[in-house]
Amino acid sequence: MSTLKMLIKRLAASGAIIIGITMIAFLLSFLIPADPVRMLAGRSATQETVESIRHELGLDQPLPVQYIKYLNRLAHGDLGRSYKQKTEVATLIWSRLPATLWLMAGAIFFELLIGIPAGIYASAKRGQRGDKTAMVLSFIGVSAPQFVVGLLLLYVFANLLNLFPLGGYGSFLHLVLPAVTLGITGGGWYSRMMRSSMIDVLQQDYIRTARAKGLGEPKVVLVHALRNAVLPVIAMIGLDIGFFMNGAVVVESVFGWPGIGQLAWQAIQVIDIPVIMGVTLVAALSIVIGNFLADLVMPLIDPRLRVR
Amino acid sequence: MRRNLLTLFAVLALALMVGTPVMAADIKPGGSIVITYKDDVSTLDPAIGYDWQNWSMIKSIFSGLMDYVPGTTELIPDLAESYVVSDDGMHYTFKLRKGVKFHNGRELKAADVKYTLDRTCNPKTQSPGAGFYAMIKGFDEITAGKTETLAGIEVVDDYTIKFELSRPDATFLHVLALNFGFVVPKEAVEKWGQDFGKHPVGTGAYSLKEWVLGNRIEWARNPSYHHQGKPYLDTIVFEIGQEPTVALLRLQRGEVDILGDGIPPARFVAIMKDAKYKDMIVEGGQLHTGYVTMNVKMKPFDNVKVRQAVNMAINKERVVKIINNRAVVANQPLPPAMPGYDNDYQGYAYDPAKAKALLAEAGYADGFETELYCMNVDPNPRIAQSIQQDLAEIGIKADLKNQSQATVIAAGGEPDQAPMIWSGGMAWIADFPDPSNFYGPILGCGGAVKGGWNWAWYCNEELEQKAVGADSMTSADQQAERLEIWRSIYIDIMKDAPWAPIFNEQRFTMHSEKVGGKDAYFVDPVHIPINYENVYDATIQ
Repeated sequence: MSTLKMLIKRLAASGAIIIGITMIAFLLSFLIPADPVRMLAGRSATQETVESIRHELGLDQPLPVQYIKYLNRLAHGDLGRSYKQKTEVATLIWSRLPATLWLMAGAIFFELLIGIPAGIYASAKRGQRGDKTAMVLSFIGVSAPQFVVGLLLLYVFANLLNLFPLGGYGSFLHLVLPAVTLGITGGGWYSRMMRSSMIDVLQQDYIRTARAKGLGEPKVVLVHALRNAVLPVIAMIGLDIGFFMNGAVVVESVFGWPGIGQLAWQAIQVIDIPVIMGVTLVAALSIVIGNFLADLVMPLIDPRLRVR
Repeated sequence: MRRNLLTLFAVLALALMVGTPVMAADIKPGGSIVITYKDDVSTLDPAIGYDWQNWSMIKSIFSGLMDYVPGTTELIPDLAESYVVSDDGMHYTFKLRKGVKFHNGRELKAADVKYTLDRTCNPKTQSPGAGFYAMIKGFDEITAGKTETLAGIEVVDDYTIKFELSRPDATFLHVLALNFGFVVPKEAVEKWGQDFGKHPVGTGAYSLKEWVLGNRIEWARNPSYHHQGKPYLDTIVFEIGQEPTVALLRLQRGEVDILGDGIPPARFVAIMKDAKYKDMIVEGGQLHTGYVTMNVKMKPFDNVKVRQAVNMAINKERVVKIINNRAVVANQPLPPAMPGYDNDYQGYAYDPAKAKALLAEAGYADGFETELYCMNVDPNPRIAQSIQQDLAEIGIKADLKNQSQATVIAAGGEPDQAPMIWSGGMAWIADFPDPSNFYGPILGCGGAVKGGWNWAWYCNEELEQKAVGADSMTSADQQAERLEIWRSIYIDIMKDAPWAPIFNEQRFTMHSEKVGGKDAYFVDPVHIPINYENVYDATIQ
């Protein structure tokens, strides 16, 4: 019952957060010192054309009126139409969703595949050469610009070795390189987080007890310590889900991956407010959902977090 | 003379195509090519599409009453079979080609032409190009929302359509060759509503076969295209969202045939040097001018001597070097490929000493401080820096304002915000190959309004009269004289020097060995990047 209560409380808070975010995003789009109608109408449009387009889009109305109309449409499940593409924003976002979700799954998979073992290894070898090497590598992973890593991987594994397609979207093979690129950056973060969390846990009394019982070090680390040390990592995956739903703009553009990031980037360039708002909303929603999921999963791993 | 030669070539080309169809008949149809673009294709609705990607795509899916001889700027009838212009230039009567079919199988009739222009001019359609048709009688009424049809268009019978204009306008045939006038079938527009742009139905060489949003567009050959034997290719595939550098690698491996965004600047020098690619690159002119605007309403650019000094201060050769010689130095607003370009005009030669003297004459011997706006995408900040250095040489301290495209455009549209703007990334590329197209929005009084594109805020009433005069010369035998007037207008503008013209970009189209066709089709002044109707698959010949 009380778990349910917590869920309801969280959901209510999430709703407020999302409405707040729409408001901020809406105001920000209008604070840009540029005119969406001019961007839309292009250079040859006459003053009359510009004004009639402004009127058709409802952009000649006062800002609060526009915002309330927007919220009203939103309440009816209508995200509006793109100024530029004229298509429903929902259709546009929907069309980008599969690619975005695939990339998210692939990226998180490689982040964990790289990050968790590296973090565990470094914590086990704390202060030794292995630790230092792992941390230097993770530092490089975190700091390397994604477009450099991406282009490098493309050049070596797709162009020279011919193992993967040169960018694009469609098959599992297409997914590997962009996911690895994101995995290298994210894996760096995860390994550092895993290492410090592991070191914390390994210093706790119950670990000393386990060792005193005569358990082998692998069992101590992988069974007893890992279960507790992995909690912050799960919270981070929750955040990551939201992050990747925003789209990985750089990687998407290097690999020609038709995700939400590309859509958002192109919308921002022409101030296509309905699309910007739609993408912002989806991103906000998924951050909230991601956190929510993490909150749900953590008690399953750590009984202490269960609400009684 | 050069112009005459061009015309001669165009006529010869036309004669070759019409007179000796043997050459065309030798080309085997079939095959397919792949074209890449970085940015998404927003819409293929001819009334709305107005960007780099969709402009040429729309030209191959739809057709208009008028078109151009492939590879040239020479007007010819397309959906029209013939036309008659009244002596006063106020009435145009078009006879339509019979048997032209939309992709849905229905025959195109005169009523479709009327419907199309009514739709484009109707404010509800939100067409950025509506203003091009302002010369048609009844345009003001439709803009004001008083009616939904243009009074000046009359459907005489299924194959005859008559236009009445509210003023004689020499650009009328050109605007009928613009995408915004390309004919759409009413039933398809009504079926899809605002989504028509994603489900285009036209009369063009290709029809849309498949569109995976944000990813891929596939065209199929239109078997009943009204130019018999064309197009040659069975399918054209557009792959969207491809980084230009990666697209180039793919072209080198034979996976891609045309780079929609051109050769990436970072690889340009290496590619041009490599003998392997010599036959795969076609260079051509472009109806483009890059320029620096000086706001004549803001001090000290209200002084013509200051503006002339800036013209003399900028080392244009160096700017051209910055972009790896992918342009030619400009000395007037019109690009060399545009009819009306003055070959004899020398412009302001690079001469910092003389520039300094002029500044002193204007009362700024110690120079002054100002701002230079530019778009924040490479190579524009580097170009602006080079200009900044040149200005510093004569004592002008220009503070660089590197900003997003939308912000620079907005600043230019304010009367008192941007004293100087480097136009790169937003520079003028002609909508149609006529000299008048470089005037109105960017140098004429009509563009010198809040939110307009005349960032120099230049408005010369005398030239405005001359321009109106030139554009009312509609008969064929007046055309040489009309061009002469336009030529003189641009040279007069240079005396007032609201711009410092910097360069005219050249086009370098890289294509795989698979794509065949005359060089002119790869640097077609109207179809960018290439003329899809006239290229063929060389591997099956």
